[in-house]
Amino acid sequence: MSVDQLDAVFGALADPTRRAILTRLSDGEATVAELAAPFSVTQPAISRHLKVLERAGLISRSRRRTARLSHLEAEPLKEATVWLAGYRQFWEESYERLDELLAALQTAETDRSDPNDPTGRGTA
Amino acid sequence: MTELTITAEPGVPQVLTERTFDAPKDLVFRAFTEPDLLVQWLGPRQYTMTIDRYEVRDGGTYRYVHADDAGNAFGFHGVFHGEPSPDGWVQTFEFEGAPGNVSMDTLTLEERDGTTTVRTNSLFQSVEARDAMVNSGMADGMNQGYDRLEELLGTLVPNR
Repeated sequence: MSVDQLDAVFGALADPTRRAILTRLSDGEATVAELAAPFSVTQPAISRHLKVLERAGLISRSRRRTARLSHLEAEPLKEATVWLAGYRQFWEESYERLDELLAALQTAETDRSDPNDPTGRGTA
Repeated sequence: MTELTITAEPGVPQVLTERTFDAPKDLVFRAFTEPDLLVQWLGPRQYTMTIDRYEVRDGGTYRYVHADDAGNAFGFHGVFHGEPSPDGWVQTFEFEGAPGNVSMDTLTLEERDGTTTVRTNSLFQSVEARDAMVNSGMADGMNQGYDRLEELLGTLVPNR
């Protein structure tokens, strides 16, 4: 996936309405009217969101008689999740270890200053 | 404590992170800057961290190596800019596998009610450099992280 495509995917995912639309489409294809129903926004507004999603490659659209149907395209989303996964994993695991270290250090400090503190956490 | 948030805006060569810890600022600062504490947490558990030098002062340099059981070793080094304090500090960061690709990392620590929020701002030389770093770096955690994110986004990614 090119950087431009990735930008388009993340830009598209940055909006909560568009994420909700994707979640709805994961249950199956839908018309603009069906997609607009849960929101307090107009169908043209939903159509604009669909254009952004389509440009990002996250959905494709087809026609059934007069209705325009949207379908979820999962592949760009998978690639986008992989993009940050290693970075996130590195820092999540590091920071979990830091949580443990900070807890141990505070317990050690408390034990030194007040061996009778039953909470083991001091008053801070 | 709170979940780690990572922000990487499209078109901007920057990555922001934020995480809150259940400890006072001074202690968090120590954990980030004292070598014997830092080696206990920085990096995934399967790596052993060795610090060559860690000179926490204006113009001071640091270098450390992450090594795994299979004999792979990854070196990192950089320079501290300005006098580091419990409020924050600035350092450059360079993976020795990609010399010349340097990020400038600004860290700020903010204490509130005994908890400390750590914010990092990593500025890269270009969007491409950022993406290469975020994409390729730390590849070992990849599969695990991928699985977890797939779980998270499970409803958005149907089987096909």
